[in-house]
Amino acid sequence: MLSDMARGFLDEAAPVSHFRKMRDAGSTYDAGLWREMAQMGWAGVLVPESAGGSNMGHAAAGILSSEMGKTLAATPFLSSSVIAATALRQVSDKRSDEALARIASGDLTYALAVDEGKKFTPSATEVTAKREGNGYRISGTKSFVVDGGFADRLLVLAKTDEGLTLFDIPSDRAAISRKAQNMIDARDASRIAFDNVEATGDDVLGQVDGAMSVLRPAMQAGQAALAAEMSGLATGAFDMTVDYLKERKQFGALIGSFQALQHRAAHLWCEIEVTTSAIMHAGRKLDSAPDQATLAVSLAKARAISTAKLAVIEGVQMHGGIGMTDDFDMGFYMKRARVSAEWLGDYSYHAEQIAQLRGF
Amino acid sequence: MQLSSDPETFRVELRNWLEANCPEQMRDGANTEAKICWGGKDWVFSSDAQRLWLERAASMGFTVPTWPKAYGGAGLDRVREKIFHEQLGQINARLPLQSFGIWMLGPALLRFGTKEQKMQYLPPIARGEIRWCQGYSEPGAGSDLASLQTKCEDKGNHWLVNGQKIWTSYADKADWIFALVRSDRDAPKHKGISFILVDMTSKGVTTQPIKLISGISPFCETFFDDVEVPKHHVVGEVNRGWDVAKYLLTHERQMISAGGSGLFGGRALGAIAADEAGEGGLCDATSRAAAMEFEVNSLAIGLTLERYKDMAESETGVGDASAMLKYVGTELNMQRMELMMSAGGSEALEWDGPVGSRAGEWLRTKANSIEGGTSEVMLSIVSRRVLGLPG
Repeated sequence: MLSDMARGFLDEAAPVSHFRKMRDAGSTYDAGLWREMAQMGWAGVLVPESAGGSNMGHAAAGILSSEMGKTLAATPFLSSSVIAATALRQVSDKRSDEALARIASGDLTYALAVDEGKKFTPSATEVTAKREGNGYRISGTKSFVVDGGFADRLLVLAKTDEGLTLFDIPSDRAAISRKAQNMIDARDASRIAFDNVEATGDDVLGQVDGAMSVLRPAMQAGQAALAAEMSGLATGAFDMTVDYLKERKQFGALIGSFQALQHRAAHLWCEIEVTTSAIMHAGRKLDSAPDQATLAVSLAKARAISTAKLAVIEGVQMHGGIGMTDDFDMGFYMKRARVSAEWLGDYSYHAEQIAQLRGF
Repeated sequence: MQLSSDPETFRVELRNWLEANCPEQMRDGANTEAKICWGGKDWVFSSDAQRLWLERAASMGFTVPTWPKAYGGAGLDRVREKIFHEQLGQINARLPLQSFGIWMLGPALLRFGTKEQKMQYLPPIARGEIRWCQGYSEPGAGSDLASLQTKCEDKGNHWLVNGQKIWTSYADKADWIFALVRSDRDAPKHKGISFILVDMTSKGVTTQPIKLISGISPFCETFFDDVEVPKHHVVGEVNRGWDVAKYLLTHERQMISAGGSGLFGGRALGAIAADEAGEGGLCDATSRAAAMEFEVNSLAIGLTLERYKDMAESETGVGDASAMLKYVGTELNMQRMELMMSAGGSEALEWDGPVGSRAGEWLRTKANSIEGGTSEVMLSIVSRRVLGLPG
């Protein structure tokens, strides 16, 4: 099975200790690791076979994402292989086919530049793309651009006179300045300033004023895969915690024999099981009926946020003091869970989507 | 009428059949405790429509769609079972019959019963002719069910049963009871229990309803005073009744949890509550937030029920993990009634009799996290048997 295969590889190549080394070295991207993942078909999980991808679909992307979450593997998977690949697939032309092929081979990485303020609200975009001659000039600042520090290209959401438009531009274009945001989870995130950056009509991905038809499916794919990663993260934190309950002794007994802790652990397991159902459903829905996946995706992300939060809080509490130390891995899980909760929409955002779709 | 095994053809055939046979009055989706058709010898149909709906459904095996045809079912596989419920949902049809026979004794007999027992007991359950109740709990055996003491002695040509059961749902209306009794007092507590079937009209069986805070009396005390029971009324092996009980508890947990699921097809609680609140909908932010959180959990738990049903049919099965369904499903259902009470405000507090009143329903749900094993027992099952935590 895909999950077993992925688990085997990740335990060898990207255990949490690997992430710790990257954190300690101030590194946010391991090109060698990503190349290996590309060779296994992970980078091209959503790329058509005609472009050299493995085209395994969203459910499979969720499985891979979840397994990566268990050991906190930091890779361009979500930004490039899920979000950018889905965006590029909405536009079938020669250029996007080439980009997809290079994503699949692991040679090209992307980052999605949508957020500007504190919260995920794509419709409130203030970055502008003003007409100038045959092209545009992009101005403004994006923040919380995950993987923006190393990505080769950026998908930038900007406002033209016509409406919201998505630009696909190289990250080293003149007048773009990237500043690392140094987030608590030690994953890559940047604040990116656009100072009258030149763009042509060719740089528009999809149609002018047509950003959302490309971006919505891409963001939904990203939200579902991120939710899957968070559920993997929750499982990783939970497994560590249950192991600890079975080895730590206090009052002359294994602490896992205390009912107060047993019930907390059991409740958490129930929450993870329920969330897993929502994650699997979102993957299937994106594969079978992507136009009707909003409810399923928001459900997955909302549940993943609350479950991952509970898992890391319980993880620290049940480990006691050691859970608070930097030497111990639980803190990594807590930080990743908190950052992932904000990325691509927090609990309130997704619960609101659900409420509206469900008629209240 | 023979129904197709091809899912798509089946869907069309079923839709046509439902259209022609489900009475209009039975299409109000009402499956609350008061509107249920329970069947049984003394059953008084609330309407001709209720009677017609039962008869027609039973003639097709639709009261127990997954049971084999030989025992009164329709022999549906999982795929067609899903379609069956989906199509019922489409026209908002009530279930034609619900009963402890369908939920619990049936599955137990199908798994542990002899051919004779199956032939004798299953078809009358499917037709709604015999109503069963469950005798498990005793005054001294609640969460610690296996410590039950109702005595079952071997008198050569019959069993002699003495003791008391409690919380026997609808025992006063039931025709028969399936009960756990102690048949070996010297064996370890799980190894001396038998699963026995007793005719409620037997000499020495009496019942006493217990009035609950909701005003209704669904539960009874049931007394056995020198009740003689034929030897062939034990299901499974003598002294191995705990195996049957454990198997059944799994079913019960799935059944109770199903009550709380707000699946995609149905209306959201938030939408219902918003209508209720009138102009402006759920206008205060706190209520709306609570309804949103409920909706998130309700949808995810609904998906989990589906996922577990699929797993139950697969080779791996579900086993003790079903305790999770019972726990999350009942907690959700209780939360649902809290929100509905809140949406109803002071109007929901008016007492217009125990049947059909919202306050009554709300109070009734308070038993959900107790009956069929408390939430705490469910969490203990998960922690010991699923997570492997010590002691």
